[in-house]
Amino acid sequence: MDVVTQMQRQLLQYTSSLFKEGFLDDQFNQLQQLQDESNPEFVVEVVTLFFEDAERLLNELSKSLEQESIDFRRVDAHVHQLKGSSSSIGAQRVQRVCIAFKNFCEQQNVEGCLKSLQEIKQEYSLVKTKLETLFKMEKQLFAAGGSVSR
Amino acid sequence: MGLAAEAQFHVLAVDDSLIDRILIERLLKTSSFHVTAVDSGSKALKFLGLVEEEQRNEEPSFVSQKSHNQDIDVNLIITDYCMPEMTGYDLLRKIKESKSLKDIPVVIMSSENVPSRINRCLEEGAEEFFLKPVQQSDVNKLRPHLLKSKVKEVGEEDQVINLSRNDIKEILA
Repeated sequence: MDVVTQMQRQLLQYTSSLFKEGFLDDQFNQLQQLQDESNPEFVVEVVTLFFEDAERLLNELSKSLEQESIDFRRVDAHVHQLKGSSSSIGAQRVQRVCIAFKNFCEQQNVEGCLKSLQEIKQEYSLVKTKLETLFKMEKQLFAAGGSVSR
Repeated sequence: MGLAAEAQFHVLAVDDSLIDRILIERLLKTSSFHVTAVDSGSKALKFLGLVEEEQRNEEPSFVSQKSHNQDIDVNLIITDYCMPEMTGYDLLRKIKESKSLKDIPVVIMSSENVPSRINRCLEEGAEEFFLKPVQQSDVNKLRPHLLKSKVKEVGEEDQVINLSRNDIKEILA
């Protein structure tokens, strides 16, 4: 088996595993469908925006939950945004923790919120690493002269 | 006259989330729509020419098919529901209350599946309610709403032409 075919197979397997483990859902496929010759970097661009957005929101959430008197409406608004953007790129596990987080906000449950925040930070870190690995593999494949079939 | 087939539809997209604006814009452009995306209801109203202090004393000398005080030709508005300051529902109401804008079809998008919310919007005149994340299959549902409003305009012209043809037939008979 030549190098390119091997790389293609590895990329496919890696991508499959991300779906199987629930890191990504079908929305990620939808994103890939929107990428073409006129928008060759579409997925990377949108996912990069997600990373920036998520990091900003996680910072805000940490700050909000450190306050003496927590503004739950503010916390909820930030979680709502994160839920939306993670859903839009197909980051399923992050989205799921956001849903749990929102429930804790509604109950004004501080402990629950803090726990959720930790969980989101973990899930976000995981999906970020996985997506960065995915993009790296794609780049290497293109560099070797291969392509990805969509 | 074939106007409907050749003209490109102009969609105004409203969403406070940058990622969602980018997504909806890409989805719409893939369907060959011309897109303008704004991040708030107030910016949308401004774009549509519906500003509180707007003076409507300047009327163009020609009369276009649409209401004459509209410089911007928007064929459909698609808006997020949850937005700070002005929700998609508030925007929908303002559009339906406006003489010049009420005939523009409006579609609402929301990440939350709340039946009472959906019904409220549909009752207020929204054509469709899409659950986020919006997909290509949702965007494909837009064309009939756009064609409906185009046909209304063109239909009136066709009637006039048909009458003339019948008149001529009678004369020649």
